[in-house]
Amino acid sequence: MTDISADRPYEAQFGDYFALLKPRVMSLVVFTALVGLLVAPVDLHPFVGFCAILFIAVGGGASGALNMWWDADIDAVMRRTRRRPVPSGRVAGDEALAIGIALSGFAVVMLGLATNWLAAGLLAFTIFFYAVVYSMWLKRSTPQNIVIGGAAGAFPPMIGWAAATGSIGIESVLMFALIFLWTPPHFWALALFMRSDYDDAGVPMLTVTHGRRTTRRHILAYTAVLAVFALGLATTSVAGPVYLAVAVAMNLWFLKGAWTIFRRDEDMAEADNFAVERAFFRFSLLYLFLHFGALLGDAALRAAGIV
Amino acid sequence: MAIRTEHALHRSRRSRNVGVGLVLVGFIAIIFGLTVVKVESLGETDSFDQIRGGVLLPGEEDPLK
Repeated sequence: MTDISADRPYEAQFGDYFALLKPRVMSLVVFTALVGLLVAPVDLHPFVGFCAILFIAVGGGASGALNMWWDADIDAVMRRTRRRPVPSGRVAGDEALAIGIALSGFAVVMLGLATNWLAAGLLAFTIFFYAVVYSMWLKRSTPQNIVIGGAAGAFPPMIGWAAATGSIGIESVLMFALIFLWTPPHFWALALFMRSDYDDAGVPMLTVTHGRRTTRRHILAYTAVLAVFALGLATTSVAGPVYLAVAVAMNLWFLKGAWTIFRRDEDMAEADNFAVERAFFRFSLLYLFLHFGALLGDAALRAAGIV
Repeated sequence: MAIRTEHALHRSRRSRNVGVGLVLVGFIAIIFGLTVVKVESLGETDSFDQIRGGVLLPGEEDPLK
């Protein structure tokens, strides 16, 4: 950065670097990690808890920066991602790589120092899994890419739980399963109505490789398995009446949506411009938010001594 | 050509510099806070040159009593 000529086209601003960390994905990471940490049966000092969530968020953001460095060519083609900092030329690819690596190391070491090394190890594995296994390896080579990528997004509540307890429990495994199994129906619904994007980028989405009929079947199958695990979590110690009520209602609703998607064909979908698929996608966001919110609600009831 | 203290580059990079500065200040605050919490969670500690909590040999009288 020694070039100080006045005709430099664009100077990257702080917000451009922040955008590398995928703030919207980060908000989901923060929320689920916070729930994992708060429902754990161990009282962590609030400041240590705050730092743990911060470092998990930074680690998640770092993996986002690594993903943007690696996927800049795909992002440049897809309408949804074209304005990200690297494909739009605001931040150089090398800078994204450097920030990703530096923040990854920083987040893992700081989480280990603040809480314990199991949590730090899980965070390191999550970053590796998302940046290397998903982004570099499987995203472009298998139509199951979404399933595998979902695992990376499913780790945060497990890391939050590990930060508080120093261990892995059935509760944290089921919270992992909830996000892991939720991801495929969520993204495949998106792929059904954002169709040309992934085709243009050459990413082997299930809709492209196995057809849209198969994708609709897969959405239904994953939603059915998801419902089993979501209700399974209701039997553990972290869940209570709030979670049970939310899980029953949400899963019935979600299954109904998946069934409707399964019954539709392309003509019907195009006739109403994918109204059902769009509604299912929007509802899926609420689905995840309310499940984890309900766990928080039950933790609050326990803390107040009501249940 | 006079050397000006503020170049256009400084202006265009201001948001970056302020941002990085704030991040560093925040980092210092976090390290400080974590240190306070960790040290407090240790509870009371003994050091060898204090009489209180020192080991009495059998038959010895406690000088503090």
